[in-house]
Amino acid sequence: MPEAVVARKGQDPAVPPTAAEKNIAAKGAGEQTSLITGSEAIAVACKLADVDVITAYPIRPYDTVMQYVAKLVSNGELDCEYIVAESEHSQFEIVKHASAVGARVFCGSSGVGWMYAFEALTVTPALRIPMVAMVGNRALDDPGAFGVEHNDALAVRDLGWQLIWVDNAQEALDTALIAYRVAEDRRVFLPCAISCDGAFLTHSQALVKIPSAEKVKAFLPPYDRGDLQLHPDNPITVAPQVNEDWLMEIRRQNAAAMDRSSTVIREAYADFERIFGRHYGNPFFEEYQTDDADVVLVGMGTLSNPVRVAIRQMRQEGKKVGFVRLRWFRPFAAEELAATLGRFRAVGVIDRDFSLGSPYRSGVLATEVRAAMYPAAKRPPVLGFICGLGGREVTVPGVRKMTESVYLAAEGKTQPGTQWIGLRE
Amino acid sequence: MATTERELAELLKLRPTQQLDAFKGVKKLPLEEFFTSGHRTCQGCESALVMKMMVKAAGPRTIVLGSTGCMYVANTTYYSTSWVVPWMHTQLGSSGSAGLGTAAGLKALMRKGKMKDEPINVIAFCGDGGGADMGLSAISATLTHPDYNLLILMYDNESYANTDIQLSGSTPYGANTTFSTPGKVKRIMHHRWKKNMAGMMAAGHPTCRFVGTVCMSFPVLAMNAVRKALSIGGPTFIHSLDPCPKGWDYDPIQSHELGELAVTSGIWPLYEVEDGVLKLIGKTRDIADGRLKRTPARDYLLRQGRFAHFTDDDFDYFQSKVDEMWQRWLIPGVIPFRKQIDGDHPPA
Repeated sequence: MPEAVVARKGQDPAVPPTAAEKNIAAKGAGEQTSLITGSEAIAVACKLADVDVITAYPIRPYDTVMQYVAKLVSNGELDCEYIVAESEHSQFEIVKHASAVGARVFCGSSGVGWMYAFEALTVTPALRIPMVAMVGNRALDDPGAFGVEHNDALAVRDLGWQLIWVDNAQEALDTALIAYRVAEDRRVFLPCAISCDGAFLTHSQALVKIPSAEKVKAFLPPYDRGDLQLHPDNPITVAPQVNEDWLMEIRRQNAAAMDRSSTVIREAYADFERIFGRHYGNPFFEEYQTDDADVVLVGMGTLSNPVRVAIRQMRQEGKKVGFVRLRWFRPFAAEELAATLGRFRAVGVIDRDFSLGSPYRSGVLATEVRAAMYPAAKRPPVLGFICGLGGREVTVPGVRKMTESVYLAAEGKTQPGTQWIGLRE
Repeated sequence: MATTERELAELLKLRPTQQLDAFKGVKKLPLEEFFTSGHRTCQGCESALVMKMMVKAAGPRTIVLGSTGCMYVANTTYYSTSWVVPWMHTQLGSSGSAGLGTAAGLKALMRKGKMKDEPINVIAFCGDGGGADMGLSAISATLTHPDYNLLILMYDNESYANTDIQLSGSTPYGANTTFSTPGKVKRIMHHRWKKNMAGMMAAGHPTCRFVGTVCMSFPVLAMNAVRKALSIGGPTFIHSLDPCPKGWDYDPIQSHELGELAVTSGIWPLYEVEDGVLKLIGKTRDIADGRLKRTPARDYLLRQGRFAHFTDDDFDYFQSKVDEMWQRWLIPGVIPFRKQIDGDHPPA
């Protein structure tokens, strides 16, 4: 596959805003505030992004996004081909092929539904399809559980999916727009999954600023598949048999695309801030009260809420605790994260997932953080905590318990590599 | 609120199709090929002929999606694709979804003014493993979507022929495959009767406007079925029976003859169901009308090594099942329902 880099206007954060962009930013044109859920926020983003083909299949909790999409379509607010598929496998295959002919697409799933689509999920990045999907994180039942666990989305971490976790409805909406911008950038052309914790985000309402279509248009160029578009005017053969002759080279090209994604993500956030006036700072992770912190916790998704409350409590007691919320899990900002975490005396990684038999029996995130930190100059101890599985609440006392252990590790006292928190013994 | 046909058409926003008239004989076929050199199918491969004739019938403004199987693996070696028209691989069970997604993408882009508005044929093909087994659910779903124009063509060589000849839901009773090899204790390892795919698709999807069976031993009939399926609008389905020298174990020179025998023996009826109206085609019609006597199943089976272990009893059993298709099915050769008592008629 050709790897031509197509530069587009506005992708360089150093480029000052044009007069038209300034004008739009100044007007705040048509921006409104609505009380909506995380799912609805993403449905609204689909409307703003003028998505062409959307496929739905029911599974809780992600499917609320499709219920909102259905309403938008039936009310004439969203003009797309809206298809209710007969399985998740078909759901993802349909949009994969729609994207191959040049349509902007949206899809999503949860838990075992996501796993049912797994074959389609493997080929989507391999074919450089810039699909945007929502994962309403859910436990992989059996045994049955509707609640959040991150194992569903994490299952595709090796395949070329860009993966991001968000923790509020506003961020969900904004991230969906950013996801299209990044995925559809010719330098990337890789799918992006937006992970939203089931119930805690998918079903929780918050006040969300909905940007104007005008601003979105300024931020998000049309999807142009270029010479990879499947069309009689461009009679290419897509996904032939390459075998050992070419497979490694093609995998390497896809790896290079994932590498470029980091740059494109930075550009997209910079443009986002300039056009929409909302600041996310470092796109890859968010730091909370880390400036003077002795120890930090690291986690993804909505567990940020109890963690922040616990940190405020502990700070009142004189404990200097901070929090790093990782947004982008793929691409993983390893060096940057390692440099940041190296500033602290000890690190506790909170996993809302499990990885049975893994090194030190930790969750996926803790294992990755340890891997990221190994080459770093400063390597504080990294403890793993597994909690909140199946939608169990991550509690303030639970976070305090983790922090105590992290403090002990900071003082040089040996702590278990992994602890399950909030577990009924 | 009742929906009139006109309102439904408006609701579906169905795009116009290419109007492809029937070819009036082999000599009237266009010379231009859209499936050319570069493939590496076996000698005598009828499925390769299906690809060639299918896309010749469809013409250049066509997108072809191919699910995993012989016609993927053998035809699209990197840097030597045999496809002149745009072609894309899809997953084994995804022919239905690939056709639907491609048609939906084109429709959305054309409807919204993001792509030049023109009728583009969409053909998704699958083998019998990809169609009658794994892809059944997606094909079925796609045939219920009246708002997209596409054809799903199942080339049926009656086994997973690319992976080493393993039995599929479309393998005939008793056939020797690598998953049903006759042994010392069990002579017949495969006891299942072949799925009636075309009948199932026609009966199960009342809004699907065209379902047909074809065999490339009768190429003009087959190509005209493709042309009608692409012209009529909405999702359509064609089931092609393809003799396979490797899987059926016979001399490649006999491929065409075997296809003819499949039809004249009544094992493979040729028919079309257009807007719910059944029409028997070619020699199948001759059989139904009494102009042609069915040839014995044994003549067809004996030519194939995969039935070499058959005893007289096996041949008789096979023949009895074929007779049943023609003598006891309510719609002979098509729908395997039977009357409960003589004189019992289906409700009008």
